Amino acid sequence: MIALRILRHRLFWPIVALVLLVAINTLSRPSFLSITIKHGALYGSSIDILRNSSQLMLVALGMTLVIATRGIDLSVGAVLAVAGAVSLTYIEASPEPGSVGTVTVAVALGLLVTLVLGAWNGFLVSVVRIQPIIATLLLMFAGRGIAMLITKGQITTVTSAPYAEFASGVILGLPVAFLIAVVVVAIVGLLVRRTALGVLMEAVGINPEASRLAGVQSRGIIWSVYAISGLLAGMAGILYSSNIMAADANNAGLNIEVDAILAVVIGGTSLAGGKFSIAGTVIGVLIIQTLTTSITFLGIPPAVTPVFKAVVVIVICLMQSRRVRGLLAVRRRPVAPSVPGTAAIDASAAVSK
Amino acid sequence: MTAPAATGAPRLGGRGRSVRYRLNAWLPVLATCVILVLMLGAGQAVFGDFVSPRLLSSLFDNNPFLIVLAVGMTFVILTGGIDLSVGSVIAFSGLLGAQLFAAGWPAAAVLPLMVLSGTLIGAVVGVMVAFFDIQPFIASLAGMFLARGLAYVTSLKALPIHNDALNWLLGTSWGVGDWTTTPGVLLSLLLVAIAFWVFHYTRFGRTVYAVGGNEQSARLMGLAVTRTVFLVYLISGTCAGIAGVLFASYTQSGNPLAGLGMELQAIAAVVIGGTILTGGSGYVIGSLFGVLVYGLIQISITYMSVDSWWTYIVIGVMLLLFVVFQRAIAARRRR
Repeated sequence: MIALRILRHRLFWPIVALVLLVAINTLSRPSFLSITIKHGALYGSSIDILRNSSQLMLVALGMTLVIATRGIDLSVGAVLAVAGAVSLTYIEASPEPGSVGTVTVAVALGLLVTLVLGAWNGFLVSVVRIQPIIATLLLMFAGRGIAMLITKGQITTVTSAPYAEFASGVILGLPVAFLIAVVVVAIVGLLVRRTALGVLMEAVGINPEASRLAGVQSRGIIWSVYAISGLLAGMAGILYSSNIMAADANNAGLNIEVDAILAVVIGGTSLAGGKFSIAGTVIGVLIIQTLTTSITFLGIPPAVTPVFKAVVVIVICLMQSRRVRGLLAVRRRPVAPSVPGTAAIDASAAVSK
Repeated sequence: MTAPAATGAPRLGGRGRSVRYRLNAWLPVLATCVILVLMLGAGQAVFGDFVSPRLLSSLFDNNPFLIVLAVGMTFVILTGGIDLSVGSVIAFSGLLGAQLFAAGWPAAAVLPLMVLSGTLIGAVVGVMVAFFDIQPFIASLAGMFLARGLAYVTSLKALPIHNDALNWLLGTSWGVGDWTTTPGVLLSLLLVAIAFWVFHYTRFGRTVYAVGGNEQSARLMGLAVTRTVFLVYLISGTCAGIAGVLFASYTQSGNPLAGLGMELQAIAAVVIGGTILTGGSGYVIGSLFGVLVYGLIQISITYMSVDSWWTYIVIGVMLLLFVVFQRAIAARRRR
């Protein structure tokens, strides 16, 4: 029974996938797991994965909250680009690009703008009541245009030591970018799981109408998850631009919305809204990042990565699909509805309404 | 919460429906036409010599592949689904063609195979959505990765294509005076016509509207929901394959980066054309107008010689206006 319960835990398959990936990597290159200390900083493939995953981690975290309320945020990549554009344009124009004060204002400005963009998405979804896909698609289109408008179509490059710290800095041997991601995940995790916020979000995601009737301020909750998602995408944008010390409106965060949604889905959060798992998202992000890294390791051209992502998505989605689960749980409950398609009706009714 | 149940009027000649009802259903399409005309008028007023046979011809000539994609996307969106894989299919199909042509295969074999490569991806997505109840968004995302990855497996860099049959599609120009068109454009318009016929004069077409209107009702009515959903993705994939052929003809090459983001352009065109994303309401003719509006925005931006990123912003604002407009209509309809 315990074995069955473990098998049926929703994080079981994602964890298996992650362990499998790490195992394959370690087998093909034993040094994969080794960590060395140079100049007081930890080095190693696993540290690289943690550092490189931080942007996706932030974006996917916001996406988890949005998806929990039965929404989706396609604009995160564009918002990410806007954050970098705003911050770096400010730093470039300032007389003292290297001062901590300038950088603080730049970051605050970048985050403020992305918070506003996120709130705009939230406004469209919760007040105007446009479908989330289309509401955020608007900004996905326009956002990159806005970013290019800010950078005037150039790739703005700056030299600013404090700003570079976000991506390349090290605290206690660990990359600053990773620590930022950890702190943010912890704060959001505490916020949604130690207060009623998470439950309210799930309620909105499971049945917006019922939760409204039950007195949940669904409008405010939906509004704020999009704002948070924008803000987190903005943080990822700061990390991105700090990594290359340039604001690249065209390529910053390109397709990151796709990776983030994937990470969330791999982590077991259903796109139909409702129950969500932040731990699942974290594992999903690590799976995607490890996959990307290991493909480079195994000497496969990185361009082919999408095939592997496709395989992972298909396998994990099939594992989570009701039909396959029904096959796996071979007639354990004879009372279960045996009409084929009933499950499909339930699921689709839940999705489409 | 928004899905208005079965609001589309699948049968145009339905006698039992009031004129007002039909007007409501066609309103978004009419609005798109009005916008198109207004934009042309504004262009004429601002630039002077704007509206010309050449401009109107180039609206079609620049985007035959987008028209084909929009046709396939209309099928999918009308069922309440979405197909993100089509842009990547263009890359895959194009590179497959480039490799096969390079290997000396005849066009009679290569062109069908290019189309079939799209059908294949569509089938994969369709199986996932229809039989395994995976959300269309995620399933087609997997299809998108699969096609893009396969494109890179086929070739890591762009390959030129030298083939007379393929070049003929968009390279030939037929015309009277300044009015010109190409075989590829006629093919795309033929597909629009076929799609129109399928939607309004076949059982399958009406089932598509029924599924989009209310899947559960459609199932309870005994309609073949699973098969229909599978088929719309198959159609969308096939259309993407055809678009791949047209795009390869347009660029005379196969490129692993071809069609990047084109799925979004197709979705935007369909939405601008008045089809509602929750499904069940919209017309394929609207999608054609949507593509024309899209093309006109691109051309106007070039005409104004402002930077190309304004295209993104204008399209974004345009989408916003349309979506808000649709919300208003949906709200009016509910009363």
